[in-house]
Amino acid sequence: MTDILLQVENLKTWFGSGAGAVRAVDGVSFEIKRGETFALLGESGCGKSVTSLSIMRLLSQPAGQVVGGRALLEGQDLLRLPEVKMRDVRGGRVAMIFQEPMTSLNPVLTVGEQICESLRRHRGLKGEKAQAALLELLDAVGIPDPRQRALEYPHQLSGGMKQRIMISIALAGEPELLIADEPTTALDVTIQAQILELLRTLQKERGMSIMLITHDLGVVAELADRVAVMYAGQIVEQASVREFFNAPQHPYSRKLFDSLPDINKRKSKLAIIAGSVPNLGQEFKGCRFADRCELAWQTCRDVEPVWQISDEGRGIRCHLYDAQLLSGRPVSQVAPVVVEEEVVPEKANQQISLLEINNLKVHYPIHKGLFKRRVGQVHAVDGVSFNIETGRTLALVGESGCGKTTAGKAILQLIRPTAGTVYFQGTSLNDLRGESLRKRRADFQIIFQDPYSSMNPRMRVADIIEEGMTALGVEVSRQSRQARVDELLTQVGLSPSMKYRYPHEFSGGQRQRICIARALAVNPKLIVCDEPTSALDVSVQAQILNLLKRLQDELGLSYLFITHNLSVVAYLAHEVAVMYLGRIVERGTVEEVLQNPRHPYTQALLAAVPVPDPDSRREISPLKGDMPSPIHPPAGCHFHPRCPHAMPICHDIYPGETVLSDKHRVHCHLYQDSAC
Amino acid sequence: MTTKKIIGSVTLVFVAASVLLVFAVSFLPVKFVVLWTDVLIFILCAMCMGFAAYASQHEHLRAPWREVARDRVGVIAVVFLSAYLVIGLLDSVHFRMPLPDVKQSTEQQYSNDVLSVLDWMATPVREGVEKSYSAPFAAHLYVKETVDLPDGSKVRLYPRLQHGGAHLNNPEQERSGDILNTSLSSIFEGMVVWAVLTVLLISWLARRHHRPVSEMFGLVMRGRTEIPWHVILLATAILILFAMLAMNLSGKYHIFGTDKVGQDTFYQTLKSIRTGLVIGTLTTLVMLPFAILAGIAAGYFRGLADDVIQYVYTTLSSIPGVLLIAAAILMLQVYMATHPELFETAAARADLRLLFLCIILGVTSWTGLCRLLRGEAMKLREMDYIQAAVAFGVGHFKIIGRHILPNVMHIVLISIVLDFSSLVLAEAVLSYVGVGVDPTMNSWGNMINSARLEMAREPIVWWPLLAAFIFMFVLVLSANLFADAVRDAFDPRLRRSGLRACL
Repeated sequence: MTDILLQVENLKTWFGSGAGAVRAVDGVSFEIKRGETFALLGESGCGKSVTSLSIMRLLSQPAGQVVGGRALLEGQDLLRLPEVKMRDVRGGRVAMIFQEPMTSLNPVLTVGEQICESLRRHRGLKGEKAQAALLELLDAVGIPDPRQRALEYPHQLSGGMKQRIMISIALAGEPELLIADEPTTALDVTIQAQILELLRTLQKERGMSIMLITHDLGVVAELADRVAVMYAGQIVEQASVREFFNAPQHPYSRKLFDSLPDINKRKSKLAIIAGSVPNLGQEFKGCRFADRCELAWQTCRDVEPVWQISDEGRGIRCHLYDAQLLSGRPVSQVAPVVVEEEVVPEKANQQISLLEINNLKVHYPIHKGLFKRRVGQVHAVDGVSFNIETGRTLALVGESGCGKTTAGKAILQLIRPTAGTVYFQGTSLNDLRGESLRKRRADFQIIFQDPYSSMNPRMRVADIIEEGMTALGVEVSRQSRQARVDELLTQVGLSPSMKYRYPHEFSGGQRQRICIARALAVNPKLIVCDEPTSALDVSVQAQILNLLKRLQDELGLSYLFITHNLSVVAYLAHEVAVMYLGRIVERGTVEEVLQNPRHPYTQALLAAVPVPDPDSRREISPLKGDMPSPIHPPAGCHFHPRCPHAMPICHDIYPGETVLSDKHRVHCHLYQDSAC
Repeated sequence: MTTKKIIGSVTLVFVAASVLLVFAVSFLPVKFVVLWTDVLIFILCAMCMGFAAYASQHEHLRAPWREVARDRVGVIAVVFLSAYLVIGLLDSVHFRMPLPDVKQSTEQQYSNDVLSVLDWMATPVREGVEKSYSAPFAAHLYVKETVDLPDGSKVRLYPRLQHGGAHLNNPEQERSGDILNTSLSSIFEGMVVWAVLTVLLISWLARRHHRPVSEMFGLVMRGRTEIPWHVILLATAILILFAMLAMNLSGKYHIFGTDKVGQDTFYQTLKSIRTGLVIGTLTTLVMLPFAILAGIAAGYFRGLADDVIQYVYTTLSSIPGVLLIAAAILMLQVYMATHPELFETAAARADLRLLFLCIILGVTSWTGLCRLLRGEAMKLREMDYIQAAVAFGVGHFKIIGRHILPNVMHIVLISIVLDFSSLVLAEAVLSYVGVGVDPTMNSWGNMINSARLEMAREPIVWWPLLAAFIFMFVLVLSANLFADAVRDAFDPRLRRSGLRACL
């Protein structure tokens, strides 16, 4: 039994008290062996973070209470340890890293001081010795020039660097167990690949255990040895990663896989999980997933499934795997329900250009000093050209800070472009001012990333949807507007009776639907979708993607789809443009760009996306370094400092456009000759 | 439809009130005097009622107030504040008593003294003027006087008061017993009044929630109701007991003593309540338009508008406020001295000075809120819903009215409530410096100002200061506690720190 490091038994954490207490964690048991990576997988609100906080005893008191269970760290129950001893465990034996590296570091202390704090507390190192240990740690997490970096403040470091510093603080106490709570969610894919690689090497070198908390199947496949799926406060399935990815057993796990968008599912609807996570403030009678499960029968609603462990050590909480109960299943349902594979025919390319962008530039001046002299400018968007045809989707892909959102807003004239032209159906939007621009606004609309901040919390849904119609005079009479609101709500899959509610009464996915309805209200031809699904869970993302696809087919909409998520691109887009530091480096049809990427950046971006398949664990070394600042973009090709194929010419000259096919264009010196 | 109904009912109430007022004016044998601050106070009250009616129809406005009502400390503060408010409002209805017809003229003559309803209710206390200082509950003056005895000799002694304890034959022996008796009977009366109120409240609640009265009684007493009625009842009990004690005792004694000219100090403190409330509320009324318009304009339009507004408020806030106030008040004083014909009564003069003080305080104090609103508007204009509105081509002023203003109202509200107590204190300081309200007007600042000399006397005269202190302390404390409750209820971070944030 010595190889078991942490054993959690029947952990129960409730918020509040009495009958209405929220059972955030309700009887969770698992064990973590030495040197293994254990992943806790689940969507937001399933209780995975609360589980880790309960083990660390970091729950916000007095709201959260551990009401039962044990968490044995080598036989010692952490939940009953006095607080003084617990402080030795935290950071010393069990360390934790958090999702948001920006807010986890103290901005007024140098990173060196923050690491030394942990060294002093847990290893009693001071002075010279601490300094040596500090440099060793920074080196271990792959920080270049550690002596210099140790003296810097958090704001001087990039997001990826900060997460590395967080990891080095966690490592300072030489922990046996590292709890990583969504360690890469806030990071870009290329940085995520770096951090995952780092965690993997560190684990190999130090032999520590990692408890990985994540919602991303790809990350699990990359890193974990064993995985437990959480749903509504319980673990519903537990297996080794290989078994799990080969054959997920629980209906919920299967649904999670089905709702992942990818290029092979382009022609069909994504599977969705109907309904939403049940309210945890109640006593459950049957299976918690029963209401959303297509395979459920009466027993599922009456009898709570028990935790069963199969011979191979796989655990599952589902009646489908209980031979005794399964026999009682109505015959009509025994036949596997075939998920309706609705084939959506791709419409013929109509080749009518709707939007044409030429050499679009948005520069922000930087003013400094007493007289606000102009000392430089941020090249947020620096010469972007593309066009979108009617009824087609162009995906603008890039990492955060590459200027893709700015480009979207500049097209809508929410930000006035510095240079370049935007032609919408032949009209130059740049030249429109005041009233004439206002009249055209009905034609192009926007959907935002964060469904929580994109609606005025003080307005009712009907008023929100109506706002555009009133402003643009789409429907003149009040009755017809109200009728239109009802129609729109139905169109996006909500009930018209919801229109008198306030936004806070809706879930994230429902809010995004309302935002779509609001945009549709003025009958636009083009919708700029600014990361519309990145704040949503996978199953909800599938719903929104399905909706967007259906609306495109029904209404012939064009989308400019701004995203960093390549699997969404593969599912939804017709054409792709990859942006790096304000410029498009490659564009073409989805098949061309995703299956035959030419630009080294596109290749790196694609390689960095974690694939939900443990067998395809890549050996590609992730892209080095961070994206440079758009204030001082590198001379020559912007990508050359990070490019594995950089040549001397890349340092000096920005590569021109190379036409590879009808649609496929790339800006890279590697292909210049072939075109000549 | 519902808003229409509300507007309708509010107008109805107003019409009814004004009809009643006209009725009263024409039939009562008094001449009503409408002072400037009275008008503003009643406008303010009407605005508050209008807002309450509006808020009750809008869930997002009603929810935080419900939160305030659930806060135990908050409701205690509300009970005490409303007691002050009632006194202040009673003191804001002014009239002039008719004079007895001496000259047999056809036209009715009115007294030059402008009285308020409060004055009228407290007539015995107001008219019970002694010669000079007397201590609380004293039956004799605090200073020795030479008295002619019937036999012609002169003695220096502490003469009996004309009103305080005048009903006693032998004050030394009877006084404590009399005080005790009066107190006990007032406590008993207070209990009866409270019990009646409690029964009325519980039966009202019972009818509202459709429950039997006995069950409702149990719920209320055990604190199982949504609004902590048991706490409210407790606070009311304390308030009623003190009110009864003060009422009964002040009829017989000067419970807070008398001042230099023999006026009852308790009466003066009561009169000071209105001054404090007027300063605390009207100043905000003056300040709000500046702060809201300038703050939102600066934050939303940025650019030149922002530069100009920032420049104005930075300049204004770098001039010491007291300097501006002193200058304005002195100018007003000169103006009033040269134009005595404009003011019919002394009260009107004092009132105009009070109003001016409010205005000038408001002009000097809008910068803080303006700065806050500028920052908030700057944050909000980048919010996605404002961007969406821009994408719909909604006009700037509509965006401000529909999206920005409702989303900064909580800040405005919090700062009004927070500013209130500091303004009440500011009045005290300004009057002490000599640029506050008119010296003839009762105010805590003036009481404290005169206490400067009283504290230097031997033996020391301490009660005016103590009386002013107690009343001001209770008002400021309950205003602060109320402000805390309001801020907590409106702060989205605190609200979110409940269950949802933990999960």
